[in-house]
This record gives sequence, C-alpha cells and structure tokens, in this order.
Amino acid sequence: MSEVKIENGRLTVFVPKELDDHNAKEIKEQVDKVLDSEWIRTIIFDFRNTAFMDSSGIGMILGRYKKINYSGGKVEAVHMNDRIRRMLILSGLYQVVRLEKKGE
Amino acid sequence: MKEKEQKIAGAAKEERQNHMKLEFDSRSENEGFARVAVAAFMTQLNPTIEEVADVKTAVSEAVTNSIIHGYEGRVEKIIIRCSIKGDELEITVEDRGVGIPDVKAAMEPLYTSKPELERSGMGFAFMEAFMDTLRVESTPGVGTAVHMIKKIGTGQWGD
Repeated sequence: MSEVKIENGRLTVFVPKELDDHNAKEIKEQVDKVLDSEWIRTIIFDFRNTAFMDSSGIGMILGRYKKINYSGGKVEAVHMNDRIRRMLILSGLYQVVRLEKKGE
Repeated sequence: MKEKEQKIAGAAKEERQNHMKLEFDSRSENEGFARVAVAAFMTQLNPTIEEVADVKTAVSEAVTNSIIHGYEGRVEKIIIRCSIKGDELEITVEDRGVGIPDVKAAMEPLYTSKPELERSGMGFAFMEAFMDTLRVESTPGVGTAVHMIKKIGTGQWGD
C-alpha cells in the first residue's frame, strides 16, 4: 500500500521507491477506491521517494487522468528525479499532467 | 609457438568477455528481480548510475511485455541472456508466448494491444531511447526475443 493524503479535495499519492507493472496495479486500485468514495478535484503524484519507474507508471497515471478528467479534475506530478521527468515528457504525458518545474 | 601465445594473451587483454543466463517464472513480482540481476551483472563494466538506470528500465519493459503480452498472465518461463563483449552489454529477453503478429506496429510509440490494462504503449519506445540497439524477433505462436545492446562507459544518455 502506498501512503496517501487527502486534504481539501486534493489527493496526494506518495509513489513507492519503485513503480513498475507489479505495484502500479496496487496504486491504481488504491487511488480508484478513494476516487469512488471521496470528492477529489486534484490527484498529486509525489515522486520524492521514487528511484525507479517504467512505462507501467505512465499507463497508471494516464488511466487516473482519464478517470478524474471526466469530472473536470486535474493531475499533477511533483518531486520527480530527472529521469522520471524525462519519461513523463517522452511519453507526452506532460500534455495532460502538470509537471512541477525544476526547483519549484 | 611463442608468437601464438602472445596473440592469445593479447586477445584476452583487449576483449573482456562474460556471459550469464537467467530463467524465471513470468510473475510480475519477478520484474524487480530481473532488472536488479542484470544491473548486478553489468557492474563489472563500471557503468555510471545513469547507464545502470537505462538498462534497468529497458529490462523491466521487455520482461513486463513477456508477462503481460507474451504469456497473457499465464505463468511460464522467461529467459534473459546477457553477454559482455569488450565494453558492450548485450541483453536478450526471450519468451515462448503468443508472439507479435506485426512487430513494426507494436514498436510504434503509444501503440498498445491492451488499452484496457492501461498500458501506455511506451515500452519499446523506452527500450529504444535507453539502449543503443533494439531488435525484436517474433513469430506468432512461437514466441518473442528482444535483443538490446548498449555500450557502457560513454557517459551519455541512451539517445
């Protein structure tokens, strides 16, 4: 289970150390449960603890974006390392997910 | 005779060689094991942290493809072969799964045959971005082999 925080309609998900296909499924279920039961306007994926991510992470974030976008909600990504930032850009995800600027 | 000995010694000195083969079940919990095992094997090339991360990502993508697409969730065997030749690391990830009918289409960024599973379609694109060479051989009904090569010690991003 990943640590999450809910505050004023904002759901912060503290992404684990490694985000691959195996734990992307767990985060997906956990986040969707919150989205189904709470009033959430923004999902924030916080990568402060994350050293590794592969394309499964991209798919998981995109899936959550599609879900919350139906109700006009937004998705943000914060505290990612250079490599994860590069993957979010390469995949085109930056077009729908707000990326925290470096040093923000 | 003496000349021959010198030749052999010279060849050994200029070309580092090593090989390993890994076989494991196509379970998602083995994705982490597979990429860490390859990362450990490549340390003898003195890679940078970036190079290790590039290889770990590429291995993770290939293994995840075998689990999700090759075997479609069935538990069978995935084989990883790694060779070191000089300063090059060569990796082959192989499954005996369903195969890919159209490799060219599958390698297009954002292509996915399983959108319902929230796959991003970026697996091959990341393998291509983070490794120097990517070659995919696949036969429907027989299986898929993904060959990747990366020169270690160049200190650059994989592109």
